[in-house]
Amino acid sequence: MLGRILSLFMMASLTVAFAAGADLGAGTKAEELNVPAIVMFFIFVAATLGITYWASKRTKSASDFYTAGGGITGTQNGTAIAGDYMSAASFLGITGMVYLKGYDGLIFSIGFLVGWPIILFMISEQLRNLGKYTFADVTAYRLKQKPVRILAALGSISVVILYLIAQMVGAGKLIEILFGLDYEFAVVLVGILMILYVAFGGMLATTWVQIIKAVLLLAGTTFMSIMVMAKFGFSFDALFTQATEIHAKGVEIMSPGGLVSDPVSAISLGIALMFGTAGLPHILMRFFTVADAKEARKSVFVATGLIGYFYVLTFIMGFGAIVLVLGDPAGSYLAADGVTLKGMNNMAAVWLAHAVGGDYFLGFISAVAFATILAVVSGLTLAGASAISHDLYANAFAKGKVDEKKEMQVSKMATIAIGIAAIFFGIAFEKQNIAFVVALAFTIAASANFPVLFMSIFWKKLTTRGAVVGGYIGLISALVLVILGPVVWTQILGNETAIVPYKFPAVFSVPMAFIAIWFFSITDKSDDAQRCIDEFDAQDIRCQTGIGSTGAVAH
Amino acid sequence: MTQEQVQQIKNSPKYQKLVSTRSKFAWTLTIVMLVVYYAFILFIAFSPETLGTKISPDAMATWGIPVGLAIIVFAFAMTGLYVRRANSEFDGLLNDLKNDLEKEMN
Repeated sequence: MLGRILSLFMMASLTVAFAAGADLGAGTKAEELNVPAIVMFFIFVAATLGITYWASKRTKSASDFYTAGGGITGTQNGTAIAGDYMSAASFLGITGMVYLKGYDGLIFSIGFLVGWPIILFMISEQLRNLGKYTFADVTAYRLKQKPVRILAALGSISVVILYLIAQMVGAGKLIEILFGLDYEFAVVLVGILMILYVAFGGMLATTWVQIIKAVLLLAGTTFMSIMVMAKFGFSFDALFTQATEIHAKGVEIMSPGGLVSDPVSAISLGIALMFGTAGLPHILMRFFTVADAKEARKSVFVATGLIGYFYVLTFIMGFGAIVLVLGDPAGSYLAADGVTLKGMNNMAAVWLAHAVGGDYFLGFISAVAFATILAVVSGLTLAGASAISHDLYANAFAKGKVDEKKEMQVSKMATIAIGIAAIFFGIAFEKQNIAFVVALAFTIAASANFPVLFMSIFWKKLTTRGAVVGGYIGLISALVLVILGPVVWTQILGNETAIVPYKFPAVFSVPMAFIAIWFFSITDKSDDAQRCIDEFDAQDIRCQTGIGSTGAVAH
Repeated sequence: MTQEQVQQIKNSPKYQKLVSTRSKFAWTLTIVMLVVYYAFILFIAFSPETLGTKISPDAMATWGIPVGLAIIVFAFAMTGLYVRRANSEFDGLLNDLKNDLEKEMN
């Protein structure tokens, strides 16, 4: 049955693709149809749908659906985490930032990376030992289920939806430029594919889509970086010298510039990137896919290595793009104004692929960029669906008294609902300025999810009231401060000056959340507060030793 | 787990040793990582020209580049260091503790 749906879907999408091509042939759209890219992309889609079919046969229980039965190895999970983290925003965005601003791009890479060691030392094993399917299993371990689950689900769903908006709009625009397909068609295609992967293949399919994509992306970017370095005799100085001669900013691209201008925004950015990573639901969920704490820590080791390596490559590619794309003698990658790149400045990595590898390699990188978006939205959708079915439906409202079949049904319905919502948002936000959504997602993750999670693991005196009040204060202050900040208040709402002059207001919202958690816990004298404190020791023993934790399910 | 078992494990010297060595190690590494990263951030905020100094008069590369790359390598090395010690020493202590507990249960 699933096989038939999949093959029907493949036929339908191919037909639409060719119809779009015929349409373009008639000269209705500016971009040409990129045939090698489309062929390679469909090979990827066919392979991943095959994996989804295989995974659907093995996805029977709720544990299979949410966590692939806990049977993923540390190395596989680490690669999948790297796949989750190396989103199109990282690949195109960071390379584009290095291309535009030089050294400043590296500052962002480092901020994104340094969260990982902290996750390893403080969060990963603890999560594996205490949780089952979602991070709310950990925050609600000894606190009152209903309010804590609702808080965690709101935090998760907000982050997931914001991240999805960014990915869907990015996908639509990217595909419009790279493949010459319509924006709406691209958004609908991404939405349908992610529903298929997640609803039928669950975590197993999502994990393998991530792994394949991570390997393709790392192979492609490694090749590009080697090609760039080969053109400069593998001398960084030759690369840098030519880049500074071509770039309008000259030698300024070699040192920290205006991106992080004052101490408060520098520190605030650091807090948002570092603790935000430790509060992303789709990343935290990955720690439940491995058998035990040992595999969880191995996952982070592998992920940190791959992500760090990838960021070094983005730096080389960004500088390579300055010389080979911006400095292309024929100017073939520049838009009509002769300054910006065709498409947008985020396309530096893509045009660099063409500069070093021609049409077929451009096709390959375009297909990889599309695959990257598909893989990331699948991980996000699964995290969002789990928050709805496991946290809200099964635990907050049905109080754990539901059978697994029903919970899985709800999860699949939630997957479809999130997919449709993502398509809707993708189309609605096409022409909107969405620069704030990723900043907001990281700020919410750092201010609402991370403080509650951290305190629930380490602080004995945490009570339900403290966690809930603190979590909502973090969530609301993140939201309000971002709205009053430069991106929304001035750029979108058109006001003169921002009330809060920081793009990432985490330096205020994170401490507010922690202080509120502390204050509303120590002043909580209820019976439930005493129960929460009394149950900490048993929780801590399980956290420290893994005794009693949910392990791999044998097949 | 009953309240008695909880107390028994909590009072076991092996458990206490595992928890104290491991948390001391994890917190030390966390603080080292935070110090390294925020030192870097503060340099960028207060003294960007330091990182913008050229490595040598005739080189184009600035100190910021090896420093930045070194932080990436350092972050990875820290995870390696933790995993190595956790796999040998901490898991050893943990298995020892679990064996003891099993014996007592029987």
